[in-house]
Amino acid sequence: MATEEHGSGGATGYIVHHLTPLSTGEGFWTFHLDTLFFSVFLGGLFVIIFRKAAEKATSGVPGPLQNFVEMIVEFVDAQVKDSFHGRSALIAPLALSIFVWVFLMNSMDLIPVDLLPDIGKAIGLDYLRVVPSTDLNATFAMSISVFFLILFYSFKVKGPIGFGKEMILTPFHSVWMIPFNLILKLVEELAKPVSLGLRLFGNMYAGELIFILIALLPWYVQPLLSFPWAVFHILIITLQAFIFMVLTIVYLSLAHEDH
Amino acid sequence: MSINATLIGQMITFALLVWFTMKYVWPPLMQTLEERKKKIADGLASAEKGKHEMELAEKRATALLREAKDQAADIVNLAQKRASEVVEESKQSAKDEGERIVAAAKAEIERELQQAKEGLRQQVAVLAISAAEQILQKEVDQKKHREIIDNLGKQLGQA
Repeated sequence: MATEEHGSGGATGYIVHHLTPLSTGEGFWTFHLDTLFFSVFLGGLFVIIFRKAAEKATSGVPGPLQNFVEMIVEFVDAQVKDSFHGRSALIAPLALSIFVWVFLMNSMDLIPVDLLPDIGKAIGLDYLRVVPSTDLNATFAMSISVFFLILFYSFKVKGPIGFGKEMILTPFHSVWMIPFNLILKLVEELAKPVSLGLRLFGNMYAGELIFILIALLPWYVQPLLSFPWAVFHILIITLQAFIFMVLTIVYLSLAHEDH
Repeated sequence: MSINATLIGQMITFALLVWFTMKYVWPPLMQTLEERKKKIADGLASAEKGKHEMELAEKRATALLREAKDQAADIVNLAQKRASEVVEESKQSAKDEGERIVAAAKAEIERELQQAKEGLRQQVAVLAISAAEQILQKEVDQKKHREIIDNLGKQLGQA
C-alpha cells in the first residue's frame, strides 16, 4: 500500500517505509521475508532455550534457566488445567508455544524502531519490518491453525453427526430454526480465528505505529513519550500473548465438549 | 497488508514449533515437575512420619523414665527396709551374744565360786580337824573319824 509515497520522504513516507515488509514474489506468492525470518529466528530461540532446559531438567534443585522455564511452563500448565478438563497431549504444548512465540514476536516491538531497519539498509535491505505480529500473515497463520485444530477436535470428539447436530440445532433446539442456527453457528465459528488473528495484529500494529509516530517527534520529546509507551507495551506484549493462549485453550476445550 | 504465501510459511513454522514443543520440550519438563512434586511430597511425608516417631519415642522415653524412677524408689525403699532389718538383726544378735557372754561369765563365776567353796570347805575341815586335834591333844585317827570329818565338811558346806 502507498509505496509510491516512499522516497518522497516526509512523515508519511517514514511511516509507510517502516510498515512495509521486505517481500519477494508476485501476487499471492509473495513472501514477507522479514516476517518469516524473525518469526523463525524467534521460534528457534524459543525451542533451543526450552529444549536446553528440558534436556538438563532435574527434579532436584533447578538452575536459573530451568527455574525460569519451569515458571513459564507451570504458568501455562495452570491456565490449561483451569479451562481444559480433558486429556490431551497437544493442548498444553500448543499453548506454551503460542504464549512464548507470540510474546517473543511482540517483544520485537521494544527494539528502537529505527535500529534494525537502519542496519538492514546498511547491508542492502530496502525495507525491514521487525515485528512479525504486525503482519496479518503471522497472526492469521496461528489463528487459522488453531481453527483447523478446533474443526479437527470437534469432528474427532463429537463425530460428524454430533458436530452437524451442534451446527444446526444450537442455540435454538427446533427444526424450524435450522437455517438461523446454521448462520449463527457459522458466524460464531468463523469469528474465532478472525478475532484471534485481528486482535493480536491490531494491537501490535497500533503499538508499533505509535512508536513510529513518537520517533517522528523532536529528540528531546521522544524519551518522555516513548519510555511510558514502552513500559505500557511490556504489559500489552504479555497480555496479548496471554489472551491468544487462553482463547486458544478455551476454543479447543469447547471443541472437546460433548453435549 | 495483504494476505499472501507468507501465511503458509508461517503456518508451517507454527506447526513445526508446536510439534517440537510437544515432542521434546513439554514431556521432559512435565516429568521433571512431577518428579519434584513427588519428591517434595515424599519428603514432607517422611518428615511427618519422623515427627510422629519422635513423639512416640518421647512418650516411650517418658514412660521408661517414670518406670525407672519408680523402680529406683522401690529399690531405695527396699534397701532402707533391709538396712533397718540388718540393724535390727545385728542389734538382736549383739544382745543375744551379750546375754550369752554374761550367762557364760555367770556360770564361770558360779563354777569358780563352787570350787572356792569346795576348797574352803576342805581347808576348813582340815583346819577344824587340826584344831580339834590340838584341842584334844590327841591324834585323831583319820580313818576312824572319817565319817565325822565328812559330816563336818558337809555341814560346813551347807553353811
